[in-house]
Amino acid sequence: MLIKNSSEIPYSEVTPKSIYMNRRHFLAAAPAAFLAGRELLSPRRAAAAGKLGSLAKSPYSTSEEPTSIDVVTRYNNFYEFGTSKSDPARNATRFKTSPWTVSVEGDVAKPRKFSMDDIMKLAPLEQRVYRHRCVEAWSIVVPWVGYSLNALLKEVEPTSKAKYVAFESYWNLSQMPLAQPDMAGISFPYVEGLRLDEAMHPLALLCVGMYGDPLPPQDGAPVRLVVPWKYGFKSIKSIVKIKLTGNQPPATWNMANAHEYGFYSNVNPNVDHPRWSQKMEQRLPSLFKNHPTQMFNGYGDQVASLYAGMDLKKNY
Amino acid sequence: MLRRSWTKVLVFLLCLAPLAQLAWRFWRMDLTPNPLEFLEHFTGDWTIRFLVITLAITPLRKLLQLPDLIRFRRMIGLFAFFYGCLHFLTYLYFDKLFDLHEILKDVAKRRFNTVGFVGLCMMAPLALTSTRGWIRRLGGKRWQALHRLVYASAAAGVIHYYWLVKSDIRLPLFYGALVALLLLIRVGFWLAGRRRGILVLTPKLQADQ
Repeated sequence: MLIKNSSEIPYSEVTPKSIYMNRRHFLAAAPAAFLAGRELLSPRRAAAAGKLGSLAKSPYSTSEEPTSIDVVTRYNNFYEFGTSKSDPARNATRFKTSPWTVSVEGDVAKPRKFSMDDIMKLAPLEQRVYRHRCVEAWSIVVPWVGYSLNALLKEVEPTSKAKYVAFESYWNLSQMPLAQPDMAGISFPYVEGLRLDEAMHPLALLCVGMYGDPLPPQDGAPVRLVVPWKYGFKSIKSIVKIKLTGNQPPATWNMANAHEYGFYSNVNPNVDHPRWSQKMEQRLPSLFKNHPTQMFNGYGDQVASLYAGMDLKKNY
Repeated sequence: MLRRSWTKVLVFLLCLAPLAQLAWRFWRMDLTPNPLEFLEHFTGDWTIRFLVITLAITPLRKLLQLPDLIRFRRMIGLFAFFYGCLHFLTYLYFDKLFDLHEILKDVAKRRFNTVGFVGLCMMAPLALTSTRGWIRRLGGKRWQALHRLVYASAAAGVIHYYWLVKSDIRLPLFYGALVALLLLIRVGFWLAGRRRGILVLTPKLQADQ
């Protein structure tokens, strides 16, 4: 297990091995004279130690080395802050996320508005190192912080009518002037959905931090979803509303292009995106698309049973 | 001034500037968190830009009355092909690891790849026949007709770009509008030329009689 207690070195202090691996790969592949002798990346100096304090280990963590925090905070799909990957890091710096409430409503016995304080105290925070696979065929490994979403859902007691869970992102033009459909090409607010059994699966993470610290704005502060066996766009950011429903809720990318982005969007190397193959992925910041993609992003042992008997080519 | 020989050297160096920038960023490993995407977009952007500049030469010659701009057209067109080849190589090597089977499947199966590949292929004969010798061998008229393929190539580039983007189509539309404008100007010239041709021809015919 590579998970360390916070008394040991926090992840923000570790120079990820992936950078070294990438460097070697690079040197081997590129004309050697061109890059020879270059010190590609110097060891990262420690940022402040994790602000989230001591975090429980999780058996769901992968032993793979986390991607550098530099990559995870500079390369984001968060269309509310611009459509280019480098936009959110620039445009979200002044995103005001306090006070914040998450309304949990719909087919539940005890609808409730949770403050961020409530959310932070609802269950013990765990560090979970998950693989994160984008539908665009790149991937990262992130030490998220949070707890299983089911802890929150159990609080509100879903009724027997509840079959799905709908999620909604914060949307406010004064804070997000770029979040307009005619600019971004998608509708706002950003919405996503899961089947109730997917949402109750312990791997589905209600996430409040990463690398030992609270979430940075561009990564979905202050609270987001992380569903590691699905393509990244299912892991909705900056959540303000969670609604339990009887019918399958709408999902933003599915509405934008149902042909390319299905409701399920489970990571699946055997079902290509119409415009590219999903067989391989790029483990950022590698220059090569040389990492084989795994079924359910490698979480098949845990989640495959959720889809027993389903045609995953049809329900992509 | 445009006739001075150093202007050609200057334009050549300017055309190399994007490559120099790329080399510099490689050297510094400043290739963004997703170097593959960066390389693909960087080389692709410069391919379409050089195509647009190539297409702009003829209209600019006429509108600005700078006939000497023709001296740079071949070079700029060849640079469009050069950056297009870099773009394709990036895809072949870093994206597909030279896996021929996957590449063929990708190009055949996905229209966005197909149209990009066809666009690049159409530039190859133009690059090949860009020499004076080939103009002589083909004859001016036939050579010119062949080189109109560049219109199709630019259109293919725009469509390739348009089909690539996920949702924010502003940039592909911008390049599409530029290419459309440059082609429409040609139609305008052609129509104007025909009318003038009739006007000029008529008195001449009368004089011949």
